[in-house]
Amino acid sequence: MIPRQFEYHAPQTLPEAIALLQKYGDTAKLLAGGHSLLPMMKIRFAEPEHLVDLGKLAELRGIRDEGNELRIGAMTTENDLIWSALVQEKCPLLVEAARLIADPQVRYKGTIGGDISHGDPGNDHPAIMLALGASLVLQGSGGERVVAADDFFIDLFTTALEPDEVLTEIRVPVPAAGTGWCYAKLKRKTGDFATAAAAVLLRMKGDTVEDVSIALTNAGATALKAREAEDSLRGDKLNDAAIAEAARQAMSICDPVEDQRGNVEYKTAMSGEMTQRALRTAHERAAT
Amino acid sequence: MAASPDLIERETALQGLGVSRLRKEDARFIRGMGTYIDDLKLPGMLFGAIVRSPYAHARIKAINKDKALAMPGVTAVLTADDLRPLGLHWMPTIGGDTQAVLADEKACFQMQEVAMVIASDRYTAADAADMVEVDYEELPAIVDPHKAMDADAPIIREDIADKDEVSHGKRTHPNHIFTWEAGDKDAADAVFNNAAVTVKEEILNPRVHPCPIETCGCVASFDKVTGQLTVNVTSQVPHLFRTVVAMLSGIPESKIRIISSDIGGGFGNKVPIYPGYVIAIVASIVTGVPIKWIESRIENISTTGFARDYHGIGELAADKDGRIKALRFFALADHGAFNSHVSATVLPAGLFSICTGSYDIPAAYCRVDAVYTNKAPGGVAYRCSLRVTEAVYLIERMIDVLAQKTGVDKAEIRRRNFIKEDMFPYTTSLGWTVDSGNYDAALDKVLQAVDYEGLLKEQEEKRANGELMGIGISTFTEIVGAGPTKVCDILGIGLFDSCEIRVNPTGSAIARLGTMSQGQGHATTYAQIIATELGLPSDDIQIEEGDTDTAPYGAGTWGSRSTPVAGAAAALAARKIRAKAKTIAAHLMEVGEADLEWEIDRFNVKGNPAQSKTMKEIAMVAHTGNLPDGMEQGLDASEYYDPPNLTFPFGTYVCVVDIDRFTGETKVRRFYALDDCGTRINPMIIEGQIHGGLTEAFAVAFGQQIPFDENGNHLGNSLMDYFLPTSFETPHWETDETVTPSPHHPIGAKGVAESPHVGGIPCFSNAVVDAFAHLGVTHMDMPHTAFRVWQQCKALGIEKRDDA
Amino acid sequence: MANKHTVSFKLNGNAVDVVVEPRELLIHTLRERLAHTGPHIGCETSHCGACTVDLDGASVKSCTVLTVQCQDAEVLTIEGIEQDGKLHALQEGFTEMHGLQCGYCTPGMITRAYRLLQENPNPSEEDIRYWMAGNLCRCTGYQNIVKAVQHAAEKMSSAQA
Repeated sequence: MIPRQFEYHAPQTLPEAIALLQKYGDTAKLLAGGHSLLPMMKIRFAEPEHLVDLGKLAELRGIRDEGNELRIGAMTTENDLIWSALVQEKCPLLVEAARLIADPQVRYKGTIGGDISHGDPGNDHPAIMLALGASLVLQGSGGERVVAADDFFIDLFTTALEPDEVLTEIRVPVPAAGTGWCYAKLKRKTGDFATAAAAVLLRMKGDTVEDVSIALTNAGATALKAREAEDSLRGDKLNDAAIAEAARQAMSICDPVEDQRGNVEYKTAMSGEMTQRALRTAHERAAT
Repeated sequence: MAASPDLIERETALQGLGVSRLRKEDARFIRGMGTYIDDLKLPGMLFGAIVRSPYAHARIKAINKDKALAMPGVTAVLTADDLRPLGLHWMPTIGGDTQAVLADEKACFQMQEVAMVIASDRYTAADAADMVEVDYEELPAIVDPHKAMDADAPIIREDIADKDEVSHGKRTHPNHIFTWEAGDKDAADAVFNNAAVTVKEEILNPRVHPCPIETCGCVASFDKVTGQLTVNVTSQVPHLFRTVVAMLSGIPESKIRIISSDIGGGFGNKVPIYPGYVIAIVASIVTGVPIKWIESRIENISTTGFARDYHGIGELAADKDGRIKALRFFALADHGAFNSHVSATVLPAGLFSICTGSYDIPAAYCRVDAVYTNKAPGGVAYRCSLRVTEAVYLIERMIDVLAQKTGVDKAEIRRRNFIKEDMFPYTTSLGWTVDSGNYDAALDKVLQAVDYEGLLKEQEEKRANGELMGIGISTFTEIVGAGPTKVCDILGIGLFDSCEIRVNPTGSAIARLGTMSQGQGHATTYAQIIATELGLPSDDIQIEEGDTDTAPYGAGTWGSRSTPVAGAAAALAARKIRAKAKTIAAHLMEVGEADLEWEIDRFNVKGNPAQSKTMKEIAMVAHTGNLPDGMEQGLDASEYYDPPNLTFPFGTYVCVVDIDRFTGETKVRRFYALDDCGTRINPMIIEGQIHGGLTEAFAVAFGQQIPFDENGNHLGNSLMDYFLPTSFETPHWETDETVTPSPHHPIGAKGVAESPHVGGIPCFSNAVVDAFAHLGVTHMDMPHTAFRVWQQCKALGIEKRDDA
Repeated sequence: MANKHTVSFKLNGNAVDVVVEPRELLIHTLRERLAHTGPHIGCETSHCGACTVDLDGASVKSCTVLTVQCQDAEVLTIEGIEQDGKLHALQEGFTEMHGLQCGYCTPGMITRAYRLLQENPNPSEEDIRYWMAGNLCRCTGYQNIVKAVQHAAEKMSSAQA
């Protein structure tokens, strides 16, 4: 219940925050919403000596409409996403995902930036980022760079973030009008990580799939883009057989960890089932 | 003849028995002004944190306290060696065993208490606990109770290895605790050997945990000057706690005061006396200041009294029409490393022999073998009525198994076997005399309410369509109100209970009882009972429990004994007062007592109602000199009630589930619960108890378990994994009732709080199994998580879509 | 010199100052230093919600907030829900609808429901069950809690009408 001692820093500007990360190196951790990090610290699984709180950095907040791109500050909370009229209209997939994360109180604090940069395969936004083809804006001592989501999630608890970099903004290409969407998440209860989950974006031309994007949560060391599954659908009719084949292809890339949620066989099968559910729902929501 | 408006007004003013009056205790809780244990701060108070064994079974070679003691703010580090000179390193349990207070040269379960750090505040205590260095030598652990009595099994309890009896009969192996049996084995065997139909299933009640939102804790305060020990504690059994502490500490019981104030949920988790409490008491004696110990949630789930862990085998013998002729039930009970749960001397397996249920079964035999394993101690807890959850689960599952085997409908088979209305009081073949019941009326009412025939038809259609829909029925009989002292005791102390009432001159009253509410609404319900008996408004009747200095001796509240035992005591004490009041009234009105009749709140002279005296008026007179010759002043009474029997609430529950065969997810579509608890004191409070008990049953049936790996390490002992349903997961509950009073209880009430848990669990399970019954499945063990249900679907080859 | 920070914030409308280590959790500051024992502790993994307070207009688990993060914050606890001796509609609703038994989860429930109703004055049963899923209860089975919140919502909207 009680974390170890540490020093607390509340920088007022981003350069200050970056300087602190440089100074303290791997003895420092960033504090965003705190609802992944603080619970770990309370049971003493994480023991950083320095916490750098991003809470005062106003430049990391806000959701901006840049026409065909939404720019979301990394410190935007899940609750902010849920209630944002802009996001509801332009990218409802993000809203659906945010609603399925944790519980109401956690969502007032948990941030999209924290969820993405933690590198935890159990977090939901990474798969959403892959599905959306989003980009992540990173700022560090070497300046600013933009990394595609495809290149950001490297391994278990390992992202493209350098030790002195901060994720500042998420850039989401706005899905074309008429795109169907769904985030299907199987979990044991409210607040649990996904047993399996799939994010789908789907654009139809009549009864044929014009384009599709599928990404999986908690089925490997990182979120996974199910490219083979996407390829199997593009250009073809979307019927039960096609959906089943896409699910099989999605399952073929899964490498989940056995735990209290289920064994490897079950979790893999559920990745397939969530892919099916997400495809079907996205199809209902898509314009033809 | 309809009651006059005046009578109705007087009755209503009492807010007495039967009224859904709002609760008196709510005022402080809605303001956040309850007084729970962690709210208590005493001057000079220090904080205790426990160092725990990471191993399930290990020798403790050495403990180094130096680094911890060197930290500023640390007062002491206590180990078994510090308690040994006081003889307090072991303590008696309420199960008749002994338990290590601090691990004495070996640890017997993961997270067993090894040392306690005493420091100025909880932050320092946490840091210091990490600095205590313990040298362990790991030993092989027994995790599977089936292996506990193997010839080559490691001995867990070296302290009693040479004792062939501890407190419940002969032990046949060092890891054996007891074997208990009831009924007539030969008679049952004879029936089985000749039966037309027999069914047999292995049925598991997994290890689960009550997990109240408030964990256990205490503030122990020993006054060196007066020799008085005061322990504020989360205890459902303050008096038993005091007696045990007196026995183990040598402090006279008259100098020990146990105070339970507000408790944030109990459900049996706060009945045992935990090592943490005892170490805190010792620490207070040693340091002379108050010591607070509050456990964390992980400590709570991992080390305090778990529930169940009964590995059962159920057998029924019947004729081809499903009429049961004999029953044989067996359970292997995993008690963990110490037998610490509440146990009557002659009933170490609690009330398990109620397993004949609501049915007229001519021959029956049951046996429980209890063993030690390298896990935390416990077994009886969690709204179980003393192993009744285990017993009722077995019979309600087995009667469904029998229904499937014989092809008889699951409701009909119950009717064929019910104890009929005219057979009560009915003595079962295992020796319990069921006081009253009307099982047919309850079943009929529920089946009609849910349109059972319609559901069966829908199920047929869904099955033809490859869908899984289940209808679960549970017609349970509970046994509560422990209990008659000739069979029910704890360490020899009988399970009577008590009520002491004092009426003051201005007509209000205070009543103190030996039970202890943890949310059941005693401050309201006891006041309602007394209000109706005395004719004084329940608003004016103060109820007190929990302070052993003032409350009369009682066995506490474990889950539903309060109404049957202390509620009876309250009614009878009140009647003693009313009898005295009648004598005073007769004296005042100068008539004979035979000329008086009691009407709501007063004594009227028969035939002349203008001549009357209210209880309020009599209360004042009772404190004056105007009394009959030889009568003492005062209007008080106390009653120690030794119940003549337990009570037997019952009910019928129906559950409808829809199962997704591709994921294993179960949706509870409908749950209809009819309960009969006899006389209903406060229907609003009863409904609340039903909602709560059903929700806990839902949690047990669909997700709760305490899993271990083969070395006895916990695999899911925090709320990350332990399934506590939120408002989002919890189904909607429909409640209903019949009323069949208990003939032996002064107000005919039976108690109700554990019924929904006891009856709910098999109802959910029966529904899930029923969803697969047409595919030949006869039983599935809990918890019915999506994963486990999916595995059943896979075994049947139905987990994939048809085109996959 | 020990690593301590002075933190000033508003608690139920009153200015308070505390001196704390960075690791001190807001729940402990409230309960141990500021004598506000209404919010309770029920777990250490941020699941149960018994510690819920209203922090700058958001329902937050105070066991998962560092007090040092609360400089200039406005914190509302159960103790501040009653105003000028008048019970809030939620407090009345919980009593009327029997939305509590042991009372331990109740402060967190009411404090959370307070914010819920600020944001959604007319929630359906489904809404309430979804938006209150961060508060665990073992006694009530939630059904009467839903009724309590609905009761309060009705009362509050008719008061405004």
